[in-house]
Amino acid sequence: MLYAAGLFVVASAAFYGVFASVAYPWNWSGVWKYRFQFGHGWLTTMGLSLVAMVVSIGFGFVLMLGRRAPWEPVRMACGGVVELVRGSPLLVQLLIGHYIIAQALSIEQPVVTGIILLGCFEGAYLAEIFRGAVESISASQLEAARAVGFGRVQTYRFVIIPQALRRALPGTTGQLVSLIKDSSLLSVIGIEELVQKVKIMNSASYAPLEGCLPLVVAYLVVTLPLSYVARRLEGRFAYET
Amino acid sequence: MKLEAQAVTKRYGAHAALDGAAFATGGEARVIALLGPSGGGKSTLLRVLGCLLVPDAGQVSLDDRLLPHDEDGALAERRGNGFVFQGYNLFPHLTALQNITLPLKEVHGMTETQATQRALELLHRLGLEGHEHKRPSQLSGGQQQRAAIARALAPKPRLLLLDEPTSALDPVMTGEVLDVIRELAEAGQSIILATHEISFARKVADWVVFLAAGKVQESSSAAEFFTKPKTEMARRYLEGLSKYR
Repeated sequence: MLYAAGLFVVASAAFYGVFASVAYPWNWSGVWKYRFQFGHGWLTTMGLSLVAMVVSIGFGFVLMLGRRAPWEPVRMACGGVVELVRGSPLLVQLLIGHYIIAQALSIEQPVVTGIILLGCFEGAYLAEIFRGAVESISASQLEAARAVGFGRVQTYRFVIIPQALRRALPGTTGQLVSLIKDSSLLSVIGIEELVQKVKIMNSASYAPLEGCLPLVVAYLVVTLPLSYVARRLEGRFAYET
Repeated sequence: MKLEAQAVTKRYGAHAALDGAAFATGGEARVIALLGPSGGGKSTLLRVLGCLLVPDAGQVSLDDRLLPHDEDGALAERRGNGFVFQGYNLFPHLTALQNITLPLKEVHGMTETQATQRALELLHRLGLEGHEHKRPSQLSGGQQQRAAIARALAPKPRLLLLDEPTSALDPVMTGEVLDVIRELAEAGQSIILATHEISFARKVADWVVFLAAGKVQESSSAAEFFTKPKTEMARRYLEGLSKYR
């Protein structure tokens, strides 16, 4: 704890020194004036990230099951979706998804489109994290599950998922942290989330950087506790195999 | 039980683990030992007999009833059997007690109370009192294998199938586990046992199926097999195994 505090002081000092060396003219009044806008942006970011997390975990789980399905066409289709979504930029997916697909389906709400697109994008990564965890369960465990008379669904529920959960946890946490940060791209489809609010604030107050520091803090207050909770969970699931 | 296999074949890629294996137990065999060199097909045959594997060709009949080849039928059949493996194969995220109660509740429809009662009864009978709430990693190899036997016995299986249950254990633990199996055999449990412990097989088995290279080389009563094996291969196998014992 003391060590962490020390590190924090050293990092802050280095950071301050760098800014001092280029003699950056700080002007905090603009930031203070826009504090409610900032708060509103933060709530938007966190709200839609939270819903997108649920979507991404659900979508990732379904894709993982699809990639392990006993039917070749399903496996191929899900594999294709994963490669396509992971292999193309989120920015392009958002633009096409919002301006073309959502228009075609007449979904009027950019927030709805944004949450679905972000959830699917991160879900494709989660699918592979989940698949890695599931496939690391040894064949002897699957045989033991068959031997005690479990069917397919029971094997997933009682043997595979409880053991895979622990192995998927570190990767999943990282992906969810990425999701929160990736949500800043949603500004391109007109959602005024945190980063967009800060950009507006910076240009309105002629202060190009001041808003960025609260921005860093605003993300860290969520991502750090998320990582902490995940580590605690990992500890709780810890058992030797 | 009356057990009969006809031209059973099971392939893994180009390798035939069982290559037209056939045998029939004469009349009533209660404890059947599968013997033979490693890689000869013992484990595969055991899995086919217990419906854990469906053969590519051939069929098996148990008490004049053909074993099913479809997945649903095989599952129903498996639920009437108990399996114990070489590597224990307990579920590592569950305690010894939960390893036993979970299948009882989820597969055999017992209530929590019934399942716990049955599990505790077996754990105590197999000398695991005080270890009920430990995870497998906190148990010794012999204790894990006894917990695995308790799990296999819990639903009162018609048939208990053991695949080299002592191969991963040191001599002391092997003794513990063999004592348990012997007691079960003497109490009337139907058992199929794949093993390298021939002196144990000689004591408890009443029928022997000797396999090598995916084929049944010899199938005879234990008394006959151990006193005068019919094939040269079986004779040499027995000699080789008893050399240092």
